[in-house]
Amino acid sequence: MLKIKSIKKVFGAGSINEKTAVNNVNLSLEEGEFVTVIGDNGAGKSTLLNCITGEYIIDEGQILLDGIDISYMPEYKRSQYIGRVFQDPLKGTAYDMTIAENLAIAYAKGKAKNLHPGIKKNDIKIFKEKLSLLNLGLEDRLNQKVGLLSGGQRQALTLLMATIVKPKLLLLDEHIAALDPKIAKKVLHLTGEIVEKQNISTMMITHNMKAALDYGSRTIMMHEGQVVLDIKGEEREGMTVETLINQFGKKAKHELKNDRMLLSK
Amino acid sequence: MNILIIQSALELGIIYALLALGSFISYRTLNFPDLTVEGSYTLGAAVSVMVTLAGYPYLSLLAAFAAGAVAGSVTALLSTKLKIQPLLAGILLMLGLYSINLKVMGNRANINLINQRNIYSIFEGTAFEEFQTLITASLLLAVILILLYFFLKTRLGFVLRATGDNQNMVRALGTNTDFTIILGLSLSNGLVGLCGAMIAHEQLFADVGMGIGMVVIGLASVIIGEVLFGTNTLFRRMIAVILGAIVYRFVIAIVLELGMPSTDLKLISAIIVAIALAMPVIKNKMDLARKKRANLRGGQGNAEN
Repeated sequence: MLKIKSIKKVFGAGSINEKTAVNNVNLSLEEGEFVTVIGDNGAGKSTLLNCITGEYIIDEGQILLDGIDISYMPEYKRSQYIGRVFQDPLKGTAYDMTIAENLAIAYAKGKAKNLHPGIKKNDIKIFKEKLSLLNLGLEDRLNQKVGLLSGGQRQALTLLMATIVKPKLLLLDEHIAALDPKIAKKVLHLTGEIVEKQNISTMMITHNMKAALDYGSRTIMMHEGQVVLDIKGEEREGMTVETLINQFGKKAKHELKNDRMLLSK
Repeated sequence: MNILIIQSALELGIIYALLALGSFISYRTLNFPDLTVEGSYTLGAAVSVMVTLAGYPYLSLLAAFAAGAVAGSVTALLSTKLKIQPLLAGILLMLGLYSINLKVMGNRANINLINQRNIYSIFEGTAFEEFQTLITASLLLAVILILLYFFLKTRLGFVLRATGDNQNMVRALGTNTDFTIILGLSLSNGLVGLCGAMIAHEQLFADVGMGIGMVVIGLASVIIGEVLFGTNTLFRRMIAVILGAIVYRFVIAIVLELGMPSTDLKLISAIIVAIALAMPVIKNKMDLARKKRANLRGGQGNAEN
């Protein structure tokens, strides 16, 4: 469903700071596949995701989503098909609007933005139902402003908003990295539940090696802008965090530099 | 303060509430510091006076709104499509509109409406004549408040409000933020143009320099309103902004009553806004000083024990 054909993204082309962040990446996602993405700092994971969302426009190659060429489509148009959760919990919600209003904006995704009432009575019922699945008590706080929520609560809400209208593709960019461990675990668990239940094709960047293996059906590792490891099925089943780190050392020809990754096994 | 001064302050406050609502949309809802206001206010007045002189006082209000909206959309286009900084885009419009406003007024610096039928003369010859400005302006404001409130509660209104909070989110949920900014600034400057028109009808003239200081007045009304009357819900906030505009007019009236020359008004306005903007910082400093003192006292008390 997602086909990435030899894409390339260069920053600061022609300057001394020129950096090829994504270098000739080919990747193909099946319908309903849940891919976890790991790699060093600066390996190009986020850049790859941002090329898919349209935040960056690729320099070479092609990106197809369900057969539609989205390579040069503006970000907001691609968003009709793509759900996103950012690393920064503040990025996914509008702080000065209520929980219900935030959900309503997400719920109206793909619908015309016209003079139709923002929230209808029926919507409230749906919102309460969906919020109760998060198990955070947010269903009783529909009319509170989102600015009053904690980072974890906001991130859980963003996850719900990204999936309340089923997207063709869900992109999670280290969405639990800025949360404290307890709520991070919960949001990660929720992510697994929602993705599985709705069978959403998903890419999740994580620095947590264990999470990368525990969740999803496929793991790719990036290094210096390229995909250096791509495992699924039996090979992935037998993989432990240790063997994964070993594999990484071989592929990258050096020790893993990302402390966070090592510490968080 | 006599009753006439109070009535006049109230009338002006109610009319300037439109400017305040316009500023509320750009500064608060869109988080866009918009200086177009200085030009679009005068543009609204100029267009309205010309259309009124042609014999259509009520139509002139629509024309003023439309003219203001066009001005706002140009600022928004400069900012979104050409990536010119919001403040600079506003300054460019402000400058350009000065010439346009003169052109609209037929290259005259001011035009009067004396002996013309204007929007407030609807009650002429009735018992309400004395309060005709107050009644007409209040009715118009009420209609606009209700329309604006319900607009901000529609799907379109939701994405407009979210744009000021978080553009990332709006784009990630499939709406073009360029579009919402253009729409919002049009609406905001449309209201400002309408305000200029209603002021021109109230004072019976339009002047090419009448827009100077309008950014500050609009912002002052928003801030005063929010500080005094709260920001809990959207409706409360909008009412607060309107009351802020009225309070501002009363402050000015009092200052004039105290014998300040009217030429000092702009300075007074600037000082009021500076104080209002600094309020949160001053409040924090005072809280900190109080805490410090309380802690010191507490510390000594412990030492004595």
